[in-house]
Amino acid sequence: MMSWLPENVSTYGGQIDYLFYLIYYITAAALILVTVLMVAFLIMYRQREGRKAVYSHGNTALEVTWTVVPAVILIMLSFMSISTWGEIKIYAPPAEYEVRVVGKQFNWDVFHPGPDGKLDTEDDIKIENEVHVPVDKVVHVQLQASDVIHSFFVPSFRVKQDAVPGRDILVWFEVTKPGQYELPCAELCGFGHSGMLGWVFVHTPEDFEKFLKENQDQG
Amino acid sequence: MSEAAASAHADHGAHEPAGFWSHYVFSTDHKMIGRQFLFLGLFMLIIGGILAMLIRWQLAWPETEVPGLGWVPEPTMYEGIIPPSTYNMLFTMHATIMIFFVVMPIMVGGFGNFLIPIMIGAKDMAFPLLNMLSFWVGAVAGVLMIASFFVVGGAASGGWTSYTPLTGAAVYTGVNWGINLWVLSLFVLAFSSLMGSINYITTLINMRAPGMTYFRLPLSIWSLFITAILLLLALPVLTAALGMLFFDRVFATNFFLPAGGMPLLWQHLFWFFGHPEVYILVLPAMGVTSDVLSVFSRKPIFGYRAMAYSMIALAFLSWIVWGHHMFVSGMNPLLGTAFMLTTMVIAVPSAIKTFNWLGTLWGGSIRFTVPLLFAIGFVSNFVIGGLSGIFMASTPVDIFIHDTYFIVAHFHYVVAGIIFAMFAAIYFWFPKMFGRMTSHTWGVVHFIGTYVFFNLTFFPMHFLGVGGHMRRIYNPMQYEYLEQFGDMNVFITISAFCLGLSQIPFVVNFIWSLFAGEKAPENPWEANTLEWSAPSPPPHGNFATQPQVYRGPYEYSVPGVEEDWLPQDRPLGAAAATGH
Repeated sequence: MMSWLPENVSTYGGQIDYLFYLIYYITAAALILVTVLMVAFLIMYRQREGRKAVYSHGNTALEVTWTVVPAVILIMLSFMSISTWGEIKIYAPPAEYEVRVVGKQFNWDVFHPGPDGKLDTEDDIKIENEVHVPVDKVVHVQLQASDVIHSFFVPSFRVKQDAVPGRDILVWFEVTKPGQYELPCAELCGFGHSGMLGWVFVHTPEDFEKFLKENQDQG
Repeated sequence: MSEAAASAHADHGAHEPAGFWSHYVFSTDHKMIGRQFLFLGLFMLIIGGILAMLIRWQLAWPETEVPGLGWVPEPTMYEGIIPPSTYNMLFTMHATIMIFFVVMPIMVGGFGNFLIPIMIGAKDMAFPLLNMLSFWVGAVAGVLMIASFFVVGGAASGGWTSYTPLTGAAVYTGVNWGINLWVLSLFVLAFSSLMGSINYITTLINMRAPGMTYFRLPLSIWSLFITAILLLLALPVLTAALGMLFFDRVFATNFFLPAGGMPLLWQHLFWFFGHPEVYILVLPAMGVTSDVLSVFSRKPIFGYRAMAYSMIALAFLSWIVWGHHMFVSGMNPLLGTAFMLTTMVIAVPSAIKTFNWLGTLWGGSIRFTVPLLFAIGFVSNFVIGGLSGIFMASTPVDIFIHDTYFIVAHFHYVVAGIIFAMFAAIYFWFPKMFGRMTSHTWGVVHFIGTYVFFNLTFFPMHFLGVGGHMRRIYNPMQYEYLEQFGDMNVFITISAFCLGLSQIPFVVNFIWSLFAGEKAPENPWEANTLEWSAPSPPPHGNFATQPQVYRGPYEYSVPGVEEDWLPQDRPLGAAAATGH
């Protein structure tokens, strides 16, 4: 099942995948345990001549065991998830590059800072459905929406965040491998939701310089 | 005592209505109302199922002509091809119908009505007239929902969760009265459910037979009791939110729009209702499963009190987990941590129930009847649905799988899995409801087809989700990274069609048995609960004499008793001398 997971190219994606695999192994073991027991009981205790069912109302020790064991495992999983969650959502490292992405029916408007490195200045570079970022740099995305809720989803980065009208939400990632990555909208946003698709271009330092130069006059 | 009860019954009999309208249409008999809800739900199940088939066609063979639907007028379809706007209507209405007009009417409305009075030894509900009103208000809601398909612009297309601002103004979806009617229908339906739940609660508190203490109630009744309380508390939140949404749409208020309002407020209100709703749907299924497993294992339920307490725990916890639907919504991430903890904890009572079901099978003398097979099917699917929920509970993992087919797989294993408990209930109580037996052979055929194709349909959806396949997309082929899933989508669609075809044996069996099935004896399953002491089908008023309850509902294979069952109302020893 897990082999379908897209290749991870972000710094924190590995932590998400680690938890994903951990839960996968735990739940797979639980599923096999329960299924084997159930099938075994169904075969062993099928109705047969001359045998009466056991008259039992339960077993307190057993019931305590199967309450406590899952509880311990689940709470352990929660605590293991908390630090990763905090790292991704709460304690973003300072930005080394910043873009603004605005979702609208049915496109992503992307604003890149021009040569001055600042947004909301005259040299901003606006491109539809293309996010250009440098590799190995902490990228902050100011995520906005102008009409309905959209969702910024880059499967290869393990990033997903809803864009909510009236809000400015911070998304960050650091990509370790140059390339092109698909950026679909993951929240139903109307009849054109399917096919609302952008691309994130992750550039090597040289390519990124080239991108900035080529678009210098565009602002 | 029995004399008084008998004369009371005779009194009641004198008022018994006889005409066609008052017997079959505007009946106040809880059993007839239960059957009406059952038929309403089964009818809607056909519609919801057909919508699902259309969804699957589009996903397997995107933008091709659906065979036989070339006649559907534009703009609903273009020469048989489903356009994106119609596709959004299909999944919105599929979910809405399945949740609100199939599972709720059948499990809560149908079996709640049929079972509560008769299993607690009462003649009828506390408020029979209110009960009738509850059904007919529900039917009006159904008519409104169906009517929404035929208005200009088509039916609702904003998802069953109806997130604002998408649904907050007609301009965003292009659907005006479709969504207005959707809102009105659910608003009206909520009143139907409120009337029902007040009735259930009152009946359960006040009308239990002598000796029927709370801890002698069958678990299906416990589950319906808790469900009724959840309905009573959750639905006002939904109706309030729907009212505000309607105002936003029709009177241009701004409750859920960014100009002065807050889009996320809708999500909080919706899921504050929506998560208890999940337990409203699944608790009765758990109750029915517990009863059926105990009867056909010929064993007392394993850990009766733990089963009752774990349902209470689920009900309480269901109020404080709604935020797990909103981890990536833009809600404060600190809240995400809190909701993750509560969500992990709510998995514990579910685990207890699963292990207790296994404990019930252990050491049993299992009779492989059709209801037992479906109950096992429910447990098997519930285990998968419960375990896949742990993935989403972990906030970092949810970042990736939120809004993908992993979620679709998860909630179909839980909510669509309820259909197994529903079939278990139908096959189990059919003899009591209609006085005839169903065919065992065709029931087994129905079970095998449903179980196999259910899993072939929904299990591969986990793979799609792990691959990042979003839900609610019209055409997966628009995305490069999803092109590899073309074959899998075709496989799922063919399985779904087979799942649909597997229901034909059920329909034939149901209708044939209704008219020509073998006549059912009073207690065909040799079960303990009170309904099996009444004739099949029970007359108006249910019991000839007021039953007296002597013990819990699960006394099977009691040592020293010759038969392997011991009905709740059968006196033993000294009790026998005074009781009769």
